[in-house]
Parts: sequence; structure tokens; C-alpha cells
Amino acid sequence: MNDMTPDREERSANLKGMGCSRKRVEDARFTQGKGNYVDDIKLPDMLHGDFVRSPYAHARVVSVNKEAALALPGVVAVLTAEDLAPLNLHWMPTLAGDKQMVLADGKVLFQGQEVAFVVASDRYVAADAVELVEVEYEELPVITDPFEALKSDVVLREDLEGQTEGAHGPRKHHNHIFTWEQGDEAGTNQVLDNAEVVAEETMYYHRTHPCPLETCGSVASMDKVNGKLTLWGTFQAPHVVRTVASLLSGIEEHNIRVVSPDIGGGFGNKVGVYPGYVCSIVASIVTGKPVKWVEDRMENLMSTAFARDYHMTGKISATKDGKITGLHCHVTADHGGFDACADPTKFPAGFMNICTGSYDIPVAYLAVDGVYTNKAPGGVSYRCSFRVTEAVYFIERMIEVLAIELDMDAAELRRINFIKKEQFPYTAALGWEYDSGDYHTAWDKALETVEYDALRKEQAERVEAFKRGETRKLMGVGLSFFTEIVGAGPVKNCDILGMGMFDSCEIRIHPTGSAIARLGTISQGQGHATTFAQILASEIGISADSITIEEGDTDTAPYGLGTYGSRSTPVAGAATAMAGRKIRAKAQMIAAYLLEVHDDDVEFDIDRFVVKGAPERFKTMKEIAYAAYNQAIPGIEPGLEAVSYYDPPNMTYPFGAYVCVMDIDVDTGVPEIRRFYALDDCGTRINPMIIEGQVHGGLTEALAVALGQEIAYDDLGNVKTGTLMDFFLPTAWEVPNYETDYTVTPSPHHPIGAKGVGESPHVGGVPCFSNAVQDAFRAFGLRHTNMPHDHWRIWQTANGLGLHD
Amino acid sequence: MIPAAFDYHRPKSMDEVIALLGEHGDDARVMAGGHSLIPMMKLRMAEVPHLIDLQDIENLAEITIEEGHISLGAMVTQHDLITHSKLALRAPILREAALQIADPQVRYMGTIGGNLANGDPGNDMPGVMQCLGARINLIGPDGARSVAARDYYEAAYMTDREDDEVLVSVDFQAPSGGYAYEKQKRKIGDYATAAAAVMITKSEGKIASASVAMTNLSDVPVWSEEAGAALVGTACDGAALEAAVAAMLGDIDPSEDNRGPVAFKRHVAGVILKRAITRAWGRA
Ligand SMILES: Cc1cc2nc3c(=O)[nH]c(=O)nc-3n(C[C@H](O)[C@H](O)[C@H](O)COP(=O)(O)OP(=O)(O)OC[C@H]3O[C@@H](n4cnc5c(N)ncnc54)[C@H](O)[C@@H]3O)c2cc1C
Repeated sequence: MNDMTPDREERSANLKGMGCSRKRVEDARFTQGKGNYVDDIKLPDMLHGDFVRSPYAHARVVSVNKEAALALPGVVAVLTAEDLAPLNLHWMPTLAGDKQMVLADGKVLFQGQEVAFVVASDRYVAADAVELVEVEYEELPVITDPFEALKSDVVLREDLEGQTEGAHGPRKHHNHIFTWEQGDEAGTNQVLDNAEVVAEETMYYHRTHPCPLETCGSVASMDKVNGKLTLWGTFQAPHVVRTVASLLSGIEEHNIRVVSPDIGGGFGNKVGVYPGYVCSIVASIVTGKPVKWVEDRMENLMSTAFARDYHMTGKISATKDGKITGLHCHVTADHGGFDACADPTKFPAGFMNICTGSYDIPVAYLAVDGVYTNKAPGGVSYRCSFRVTEAVYFIERMIEVLAIELDMDAAELRRINFIKKEQFPYTAALGWEYDSGDYHTAWDKALETVEYDALRKEQAERVEAFKRGETRKLMGVGLSFFTEIVGAGPVKNCDILGMGMFDSCEIRIHPTGSAIARLGTISQGQGHATTFAQILASEIGISADSITIEEGDTDTAPYGLGTYGSRSTPVAGAATAMAGRKIRAKAQMIAAYLLEVHDDDVEFDIDRFVVKGAPERFKTMKEIAYAAYNQAIPGIEPGLEAVSYYDPPNMTYPFGAYVCVMDIDVDTGVPEIRRFYALDDCGTRINPMIIEGQVHGGLTEALAVALGQEIAYDDLGNVKTGTLMDFFLPTAWEVPNYETDYTVTPSPHHPIGAKGVGESPHVGGVPCFSNAVQDAFRAFGLRHTNMPHDHWRIWQTANGLGLHD
Repeated sequence: MIPAAFDYHRPKSMDEVIALLGEHGDDARVMAGGHSLIPMMKLRMAEVPHLIDLQDIENLAEITIEEGHISLGAMVTQHDLITHSKLALRAPILREAALQIADPQVRYMGTIGGNLANGDPGNDMPGVMQCLGARINLIGPDGARSVAARDYYEAAYMTDREDDEVLVSVDFQAPSGGYAYEKQKRKIGDYATAAAAVMITKSEGKIASASVAMTNLSDVPVWSEEAGAALVGTACDGAALEAAVAAMLGDIDPSEDNRGPVAFKRHVAGVILKRAITRAWGRA
């Protein structure tokens, strides 16, 4: 059945299945303003909440006087920790095994912390009332540096005083959260001690913030008559929110319906549980009316989950000719006032232990120390799987530093250390089993396409011209080769609040041959409605145009763990394929019955089952669907439905090769991106157009982070980058023209071989942009300088190297 | 980002505006394009119980070019500055500067009057007008008066304008010679890290006259008389550029912010000024 006759070709094209650049079905709605976001939800009698937030980073809350606020017409309630305490909701558990104040309980630990929740009949009145709540603070010493925190006598978390054991083992100091160790410390130290060459570097991966266009929010509606709570919100994991809401509130889970409507970008910002969600629920229970809470941009930047903030120290050893022999990594992780990292429970530093990267490193050791400071809580995976951007940045910088130490070309150093194709599945020194890869092929293709040798020649000429005073621009060639670890994950080691990280799909085929499929994930712009229909189209032979994909309503969708860490395609995509195969298996029996042959005598062919050897005898899926509902078929139940819960046997490991060419104005510190080439291997490609869009988006956020986007604090813990004037969100103007490319190395354990791609470009892009900046100064003795590479920091690097003298 | 409550007034005549300003005193402010004022109100950094919208005032958005003299009504938008072809011909520095302000959406709304009246050291038009030697025309309860742009700015958000006065227009001699507005910023929608406005006339291969003004490098725009003087009589050689930069550096007083530390800003100010002078000279 492999010959592509015109007829078969046409039938295949009509399916719009896997591999075709089907237009996004969501876009008609979004481009015409017909999206339905949380803030679009308006219910009769709805009230509006707004927060009184702390102006101080560390202070005791002496008193809260609500009187003036309550006197303002339209104000219904002002909630404080005291009001929530009887319900035991003044604190809430975090995803990281810590707890977090919902409303300030005696003290505040970061600027912008929620102190009181005002509820009013009108959004504007609520904002006015916030100003009328009088809070008396007593300022406490502020600690914004984790190294200082570990030395300080100041106890940030008084509630934990005396607790020497945390959720992840012993605590070494009252501001220490955990130590997480992976790998072989003694073995690694031994190799480092005896190595021919060792390169060491300390780097800071600055704090930043995923900044979706839509901020976080929720609408809670408690129906006191039927006892049901409905909660709409910006949730990347609605089912988990339902379970948490039930555990916290005591409302039985079947009485809670959580809905994620359209979501305007998540990037990790919408994984965690925020005080606003809890307060909207409590306020609705208290008032008996629906309550909406939607944060504004400044609140989003200063209080909902940050990303990164890792201080990393590395040692990498090699032979004189560049074969890496060992890797040592220590991280001091600044978690802010509460440990609210969104990681699988057993991984307090996420998958930082992927930090051996794409290289065959025999022995390695990683230790991460989590620390409390007076900064906002969070630590989410901003467009990456758990802490993978940190890991990849770390190793891709260490490779560059080692290349400098060895006086070697960094592309060549990578090449001689890549894990070889025949080594897969490959077990890395820190434990992960990489499923598949062909790094050398990807690397060679990338370097050839950009004409790498010519670039290096041009760069060398530029350096000479610069030295002769003929130009003030230096040229940087940024390289990065990354391996991601996505698709969390196997239930045996991945869970969130005890829920295994499987995912699900439920399919119903309608009698007339169209279908609806519901998944446990939730799109935030990734195009699930488009791509999951394509997977199904190929699996069950019904056109993608005749398949509705629905997500985000816990009353209808099967339980799933949501969308983040590029897990939708690896996990829910697999569930979709598996559920589709169940449909196909039943369809095969129905077809055989209708064709009056044995089950084994029919085979699937694009959109139908045909009798083997007699292709003129067939039943289309449409006919089979109808038969499933209108005929009594002996031994087969009526209907055509299937559900699959997929527990992935392993993670998937997408990879890619990126090259960035940059020209840097040494006098102004302005970088200009001349070229950016991105080769991604995400295994089987479901929709090339969507992949390209995802790559563009991820690269743009990578550019942002590498070149300027940060959440910066002053010594008093004030957020210095609280608006989009200072927080860098690139526009079309700042973004270069990206060249995208690919290789295809399917995942051997995934039903369709797909690996996930939404975050790869961010993971690989950040080190690539950063390496380009740093590479420009390599000829002048630069080893390492920290991101973000904004104008003044680039200028400072040049200045420090004496290039302005 | 929700402003405090305010009353909205939309008068039809300047007399009404003046009367409203008189009536409400400190509590009233006029609004032009709103693209500086509304953000400040939303951040609750400005409280304006009485907002007086200037949109309906007649003859406030006119561009007149007569006998080598140019007058711009306060409500002329930055977009108008870019698209007015005769203006682009007679005073091309305005177009070059306006194109470096924010983005098209802001420029459709933001006005020359608002940009000049605002008093934010980050605004680009004050430096341009100082460079051009423009006069700012005000009207108040006691009638009209005019102030040189070079004397108008007192401190950040503090200008010579009284609370009950309205800026009605700005006017200047149509410039001749070469021009440049050079601006370094972090991204679209950002105010200047450093910017320089330069006008140069040339005679017999030498600089005959030069005017230099700098943006966002002090709490007010800085017209550097000495920087201009350092150029006059030279052939714009390296030494002249260095002298102009040295003079300018004596006049500015930048402060550290997220755009960078003082040393960086001073360095960039010099680089930007040299580029502006070189470009203006090339066009002279
Ligand atoms: C994202 C963004 C980026 C920006 N970037 C830049 C930039 O790079 N460079 C730049 O120069 N500007 C920038 N701006 C500001 C923009 O150009 C404003 O439009 C301008 O500063 C003010 O003009 P306006 O007409 O909007 O004035 P408004 O906002 O209406 O008023 C500003 C102030 O001037 C007063 N005012 C206005 N008109 C008069 C008048 N006729 N008489 C007396 N007082 C008056 C008001 O009372 C108010 O105090 C930016 C704005 C935004 C939102």
C-alpha cells in the first residue's frame, strides 16, 4: 500500500495530517478580537478584587486599618491574613514543598507582597480603596544577595525557625532551603585534580520574568445553592488547580470546575498558584458573588513568578587535545521569600542535572543550594523545561571558556566531545537517558550553511582592522549546541503535588464521521487545536478539519497535568496517538464485519480499511463511524470512543545547533545582529509552519533575556524594572530575520517520534546570543562576562579591556 | 494602573480653557495627546482632579511656513511633523527627530506642545527647539507672552510656564545648512540614553555657525553654547570635534539609571555628539 497513486495522494492531502503546514485554526478568532480571555469574563453581580501590596522588601506589618477603605461607597470587603486564618487559608502550599503567605501574616518578605485584598463593586472603586487602606510597617534589614543571606543573622522566614529539615533534606542555615546533589563528587574531584587542563568560571544567570501579554487573573464564582465553585483563570495546569483548590478549601473535587479559557501566553508564568486566585475564591465564598481578580503589568512583573537567578560556578577538565574528562557545577539559587519553584516534586532544581549538555562527559557532579532572600518568589521554567535554560547556558559557557583555555576553536571543541549517534540511548553522568540524537550531522549542516570558516576569517580580519584603527566595530560569532530534556514525565519519578505527570486524551467519533478530542493540556498560543487534530487525522483517517480539539475545562477534559516544559506533544500528543489507535483498532473490527472478512484481512489505508489484496473493497472511516452507531455488530459495543492516559517511558531530548553573527559597536555598546541561524531537531515534525513560529518566538525571548531583559533590585529590595519601559520586551524592530533549518531524529519511545519544540529555541538561543557578544571580545582577552548584555554592560566590558583608551 | 477619579472637561475655546484653569488652580491640567500625562495618572504619579482636553480648541494644530519663518501649533502631532512634506523640506531635523520618538501609535497622539510643555528631560523636542533657537508662545489670564526655548526649562518637570498658562505654539526661523538628530536608545519606545541635536552652516569650507543641544543628559535639555562655538571657524576636523565634545561634557550632568552609569552616559554623549556633528557637516 505504499505506492502513492494520485488517488491516494489526494486522500492523504485531504486529511491535513502530520507533516503539513496547516494554517492555525485558532487564528481566525484571535486576529478578529474574538478570543475569550479571563478578563473578558463578565458575570452578573460580579465584584472586583485588588491588592494592597507592600512597598517594602522586608518589614513587620504592625497594623492594617481598613476603616477608610470600607467607608468608600462600593467597597464590599477588605480581607487580611486575620480574616483568612480561621479558614486556614492565610498560607498556601507551594509546588516546591514550601508554603507561602496568601496575605501578609505579621511580616512581608518582598516588595509587592500581597497585604490585603479589597473587594468592590467596580474595578475603579477597588483601586481607589487600595489607596485608603492604612498599613503601618516597621522596616527590617533587607537581604537581596543569597551569599549574604547565608551569612546573615537576620532570619527571613521566622515561621520556619528551628526547622533544620526542609522538604528536600537538611537546611544548613536559617535562610537556607535545601542542598540538592547529583552525580559522583569524589570521582569528579579526582578527575579534576589530575586533569591536564581545567577551566573554571563563575557566572550569574540573572533574574528575569516570563512576560506574557496577558497577565494573571481569575474569576471565582461560588454558587451557594448547589454548592459548586467555578473558577476561571490563567492556569497552565487547570486540573492541578482543581485538586489544590479542593484540598485547600475542603470543597469536594466534583463540586469544583476549573476553566482555563483562552490564555494569552504563559511561558511558565501561569504554572504556579498565586494569592490572587485564593483570594478571589475566598471572596466569592464570603460574599456569595462572583469575584474577579486581574493583575496589572507592574504587579505581574514584581510579584508573580520570576525565572532564573542562578549563581553558577563551574569547573571543566579536559585532555590537552580537548577531550572533556569531567564537570563540576555548584549553584547558589536565589528563590526569594518563599520557595515557589514550579518543578516536579523530586527535583528542587528542576532538570539542572542535564548540565552535561550534548557532550560525552564521563564523570560529573552537581550541587544546588536554594536560599531565601527578600525578593519575589517563583523560579519557574520561562519558556523551557525545568531549569534547562540555566543548565544549557552553563555548559555552553563552560565549553567556550574551555576553548579559550585550550586556545582551540569552540566549534571544533564541541565536535570532538559530542555524544556520538551510535551511543544513543545514552546515559549521561548525571543520570538521564538521552533517547536519540545525531549531533554531528546537525552541527556540520549548521556550520556549512553559515560558512563558518569564512566567518572566522572575516572576524580575524576585523580584529586586525580594529587594531589598526580602521573600524570601531567588532564581530562576534556565537555558537550553541543544546540538548533539551522535555516531556515530563514518567510517573515513576515525576509528579506535581503528588499527581503523576502523565497526560490524557479522550476521543469521541460522531456518527457522521467527525470528531471531538479533549486533552489534559491547555494551549497558551502553541496551536494545540491545529496540531493535535493533525496527529489524530493521520492516526484515524478523519480530516483534521473535521476534528475539534478542546482543552481547559476540568468538567469535560480528562485529567492531565497541563502545558509547560514542552510536555504537550511528548505526553498529551502521545496520549492522542494512543487513543487514536484504540479507535482504529475498533474501527478495524467494524470494517472487517462490514466487509465480511476476518479482522486480520483488512488493513488501514489513509482514511479507510481495505481488504488486503483487494483495494477496491473498502470501508471509509466515515462509513465505519456511521456503522458504529446504527448497526448491531455482534461482540462489539455500539459507539466509537476511546480514552488514553499516557505515562511516558522516558523524557524526550530535542536538540539543535544555532549560530549568531553579531557586530558590536565598541564605543556605544550597541550590538547589531547580522545573522541568526537555527537548526532544530524535534524528531517527527507535525506542522512545520507552527514549528517555525515557535522557533521565532523562542528566539525572540532568548534575545530579550540575553540582551537586556531582567528583574533588577536595588539594595533596599526595590524593583528597578517594574514597567515595560525598563523591562525589555522586544518588538519587530529589535528582532533580526531568523533563518530556520532542521534535521529529523525521531524519538524511539514516542508513538509518533515527536519530541517537542516550543522551548528549544529559547534554551539554545540564550547562550547563542550571549556567546556572540562574548566571542567578539575573545581576541582581546575576555573570558566571561554576565548577561544581560545591554548597551552599558557591553560598553563596560569594552572599557574594562582597555578598548576605549 | 488605574487613575484616581477625575472630571473631564472638553472646552471649545481658549478663553474657556483659561477660565477652567483659573477656577480649579492646581487641581486642573490640560491634556494634549495624553501620552505622557495619562501614563502618569495611571501610575498615580500625577493626580489631576480636572482634566482639560485641548482637542476641540480651534487653530491649535496649524503648521505655517511664511517668509522663512515656521510656526507649529501646540496640537500638531509628532506624526504631522513626519508627514508634512513642506516642513520636512524646510526643517528636516524635525522629521529626523520625530521619527526617533517612540512608535507610530504614540506619534499619532503625542503633540509638539505636550512634548515641549511636559518638562521630562527624556523628551526629544525640547533639545531640538533649543538647537533651533525657537521661541515658545504661551497664553494666560494676563495675555500672551513668549519665552526662548533655551530659557524655558528650569528643572525636571519645572518650566517657565505658570500653572494657569497654556502653550499655544512654538516658532523659529527656518533653519539652513546641515542638521542631525542622533539618538541612542535601548529599544523602540525608550527615551534617549543620550541624544544630540546639531545644526551647522558652512561657508568657504569652514563652519560658519553651529548649534548643539543634548537630550536626557541633565534634568533639563542642554543647549551647549560653547560646544557650538568650538566648531565655528574649523573645517570640522578631529580636533574641532574633540573640542566640541569637551565643551559639551562641561555642560551636561547625567545621572545613573537603568540605562547605565554616569561614566557610560558621558562617553556615549561624546560619541553621539561626534556622529551628529559629522552627519550635520556632511549635509551642510
Ligand atoms: C511608550 C512611549 C514612549 C515614548 N517615547 C518618547 C521619546 O522617546 N521621546 C519623546 O520625546 N517622547 C516620548 N514619549 C512621550 C510622547 O512623545 C508624548 O506624547 C509627549 O511627551 C507629550 O505629548 P502629549 O501631546 O501626549 O502631551 P500630554 O501627555 O497630553 O501632556 C504632557 C504634559 O504637558 C502638559 N501639556 C500638554 N499640552 C500642553 C499645552 N498646550 N500647554 C500647556 N501644557 C501642556 C500636560 O498638562 C502634561 O503635563 C513616549 C511616550 C510613550 C507612551
